[in-house]
Amino acid sequence: MSSYPETVAGIATALAKGEFSSVEITRYFLDQIAAKDPRLNSYITVCEEYALAQATAADSLLATGRAGPLTGVPYAHKDIFCTKGIKTSCGSRMLDNFVAPYSATVSDRLDAASMVLLGKTNMDEFAMGSSNETSYFGPVTNPWREGTVPGGSSGGSAAAVAARLAPCATGTDTGGSIRQPASLCGICGLKPTYGRVSRFGMVAFASSLDQGGPMATTAQDLALILNVMAGFDERDSTSIERPDEDYARALETPISGLKIGIPKQFFNSELDADVSAQIDIARAELETMSATCIEIDLTNMDLSIPAYYVISSAECSSNLSRYDGVRFGHRCEDPSDLEDLYCRSRREGFGPETQRRILVGTYALSSGYYDAYYQKAQQIRRLIREDFQHAFADIDVILGPTSPSTAFNIGQKLNDPVAMYLSDIYTTAVNLAGLPAVSIPVGFSDNLPVGMQLIGNYFEEAKLLQVAHQYQNVTDWHRRSPPTTHSVT
Amino acid sequence: MDWETVIGLEIHTQLATASKIFSSASTAYGAEPNTQASAVDLGLPGVLPVLNEKVVEMAVLFGLAIGANIANSSVFARKNYFYPDLPKGYQISQYEDPIVAGGRIEIRLPDASTKVIDVTRAHLEEDAGKSIHDRFDRFTGIDLNRAGTPLLEIVSEPQMQSAAEAVAYMRAMHRLVRYLGICDGNMQEGSFRCDANVSIRRRGDSTLGTRTEIKNLNSFRFVERAIEFEIDRQIDVIENGGQVNQVTMLYDAEKHETRTMRSKEDAHDYRYFPDPDLLPIMITDDYIQSATASLPELPDQKRQRFVDEYGLSSPDAEILSEDRSVADYFEQTVMASKDNPRLCANWITGELFAALKASGLQIAASPVESTALGKLIFRIEDNTISGKIAKQVFESMWVAGKQPDEVISDQGLQQVTDDAAIADLVDQVLNENADQIEQYRAGKGKVFGFFVGQVMKLSKGKANPKQVNDLLKARLDR
Repeated sequence: MSSYPETVAGIATALAKGEFSSVEITRYFLDQIAAKDPRLNSYITVCEEYALAQATAADSLLATGRAGPLTGVPYAHKDIFCTKGIKTSCGSRMLDNFVAPYSATVSDRLDAASMVLLGKTNMDEFAMGSSNETSYFGPVTNPWREGTVPGGSSGGSAAAVAARLAPCATGTDTGGSIRQPASLCGICGLKPTYGRVSRFGMVAFASSLDQGGPMATTAQDLALILNVMAGFDERDSTSIERPDEDYARALETPISGLKIGIPKQFFNSELDADVSAQIDIARAELETMSATCIEIDLTNMDLSIPAYYVISSAECSSNLSRYDGVRFGHRCEDPSDLEDLYCRSRREGFGPETQRRILVGTYALSSGYYDAYYQKAQQIRRLIREDFQHAFADIDVILGPTSPSTAFNIGQKLNDPVAMYLSDIYTTAVNLAGLPAVSIPVGFSDNLPVGMQLIGNYFEEAKLLQVAHQYQNVTDWHRRSPPTTHSVT
Repeated sequence: MDWETVIGLEIHTQLATASKIFSSASTAYGAEPNTQASAVDLGLPGVLPVLNEKVVEMAVLFGLAIGANIANSSVFARKNYFYPDLPKGYQISQYEDPIVAGGRIEIRLPDASTKVIDVTRAHLEEDAGKSIHDRFDRFTGIDLNRAGTPLLEIVSEPQMQSAAEAVAYMRAMHRLVRYLGICDGNMQEGSFRCDANVSIRRRGDSTLGTRTEIKNLNSFRFVERAIEFEIDRQIDVIENGGQVNQVTMLYDAEKHETRTMRSKEDAHDYRYFPDPDLLPIMITDDYIQSATASLPELPDQKRQRFVDEYGLSSPDAEILSEDRSVADYFEQTVMASKDNPRLCANWITGELFAALKASGLQIAASPVESTALGKLIFRIEDNTISGKIAKQVFESMWVAGKQPDEVISDQGLQQVTDDAAIADLVDQVLNENADQIEQYRAGKGKVFGFFVGQVMKLSKGKANPKQVNDLLKARLDR
């Protein structure tokens, strides 16, 4: 095990004290990546030179007392965020040659905080998937057990953090893409309230659901990174204009008196018994800290998966129309005419899952079907939002599992889309409602991590992180790392 | 057989903003291809549209000017289709909830009659880029400078019954949008163009015939000719036992014919849905109220006022209110002339327009400013110069850019009004033309004009014509 701290907070403190330099810690992570990632495949691009240059610049800020709280801390960036001058593939052959001439607002903010970009992480193609198997760059292995999936779509980010190939990472969550891989990899991941984190420069999957957020090993680290990532952005019309806040402000406040809602719909037949048992233990732990649990009813929960797949696919079918082989991205060889250019470029550039979603979404928006699918799904979306609002009238947070099972085997669900989609059964409703939610590790089932999900009311990230941090103060699941990370480099 | 024509127009008005509807790129016309296309206009991954608030202001102004309902909440929708000059694979437009609904405009027909045409709706949308098919061998060029240019699409009810009415409607709209300052009205550059929906039916039928749509007509003449051609074509088809198919057509101005571009079977399913990247446009009643207060005087109101306030003839009022800058020029001229509106109207529609036309200038660039022209007209009125000399002064003003008084004094053009001086000239003329006096006194009244001409000539045109007349009469009739 390395002698370096594993958390963002620990590294930041050590850098500030001058215990080691940013170049040193950056070098360490680059070496770890070089040694271990060939097996994990969590990175698509490693930016060695760029990272070391950034680390050198950070060190000079640290040396001259001009450093911010996270100056010089390395991070991994989901390959969905545009980074000027560095390839942004979005896990797709379509963008394998794409280097954006601009950076995402999130990239700019991390840059402005003088954090160090280690590389761009693997992901399901265009963030469509729950296992990271749809990536053009190949599947990622879950570091807890070779041959199992890390979850998706932010599977590369989750695996990299779990394997300690980065102290933290960015992710995006359209239907669970931060929380589910965090759960499957035994780390923490937060999906903020829709509109907290700018979507500018974040390649769109489903615009009304996509939201960027942090992934790390502790709730405290999530708060520190969210402090950097979040904030109003005039380049994103759906960004919410609110004063900046310190998401770490409530971490040390005890949770006594906290009212926790337990939706009965979350403990259904889909839920693995072992996972259910671990969640119960975690809940009991919170009760010993003087929180009270109340059963709640999210009546329309069972409609969330169909509504989610209609809306997200409809939006994706339109969002992905720009990949036509005309201006950028993959273009087929020697097109015979315009139609051939379109058809072959898109057939070759998109993988099967992406094509499936485009087809489903196109169908759902078609004349004659719009009312039955898209319109109906929007109505369900409103009902789901109302269910949550009704529930939050009486409670502070909602608690439940993040995913119905632990990591499944690579290939196990790839040819069964419905089974795959059901791994998001507890997460998509949160995106439909636009609420914040966090997943934290709460134990193991057969040596694979189990994640617990906490859902908050709008803009209550600080409260979610408080509950998670208070839980982590009395437990150590978040400190566990996969056995493979212990090998000395 | 007796046929009735039904026409509806969709006018695409390019809004006169400095930057595009969803990006900060310039909308200036004529730049090198693809130099005015930002990442947003190119539809690069991850970029997002941000609404240019100026377009909302312009759409609201338009809506108020036609007495329409301004939506408190209107929604942008995506119109999905693939085309190489449509970068995102969808056009951001408005579908179910347009910003402007209803409204009407009065049109004036060549026979001076008027008719009111109802407007169905007007909505905001972005323009596409341009495909250039004739410059590269085997390839099509794409210029995305125009992509993202703001458009207000104004949809009329199918209430026009002839090509002439359609043109009158288009002219009325053209005048209105320029008045409001929301469109430069430049039709050659495509700033104002329309699609025409044309159908025919037997007179008295209550159901509409099948319509065809003629795309992209960018001149009044093309609108008129294309519609006339299309009406004749449809009548021919039906009278020969055929039926009109619902098709989209293009008008070929060179061959003067309409050609089918695509049939109903190839019509796109645009799969409209609300754009999740943009919030609804929210417009408060307060905003509408203050926009109402900022509405300029509209063309019809101005024309009527010119008749009532200045006593202009209807045709003069029409010409002078056609264009807001002409109307402003006229009113400033009247003020500087110390209130001589009819003479001002004559001068502007006569001398000034002729001079502008000859030099190919717009009124805003006239070398003779409105106040200078007004002062010149005042000098006619106060008898400093005659109308004839004034034309000479105007020419000098036009060429040298001088003030009228300067020209008059430099060239010594003041009118001679001294009775004694004029009497001298009259006497001189009479002394030299004894024969003509005989003729005049013998009853040949026409000779009187000869004497006037001679006196004026002798005075180099400066003698006051009325005094010359009076003095001559007094001498001759003595």
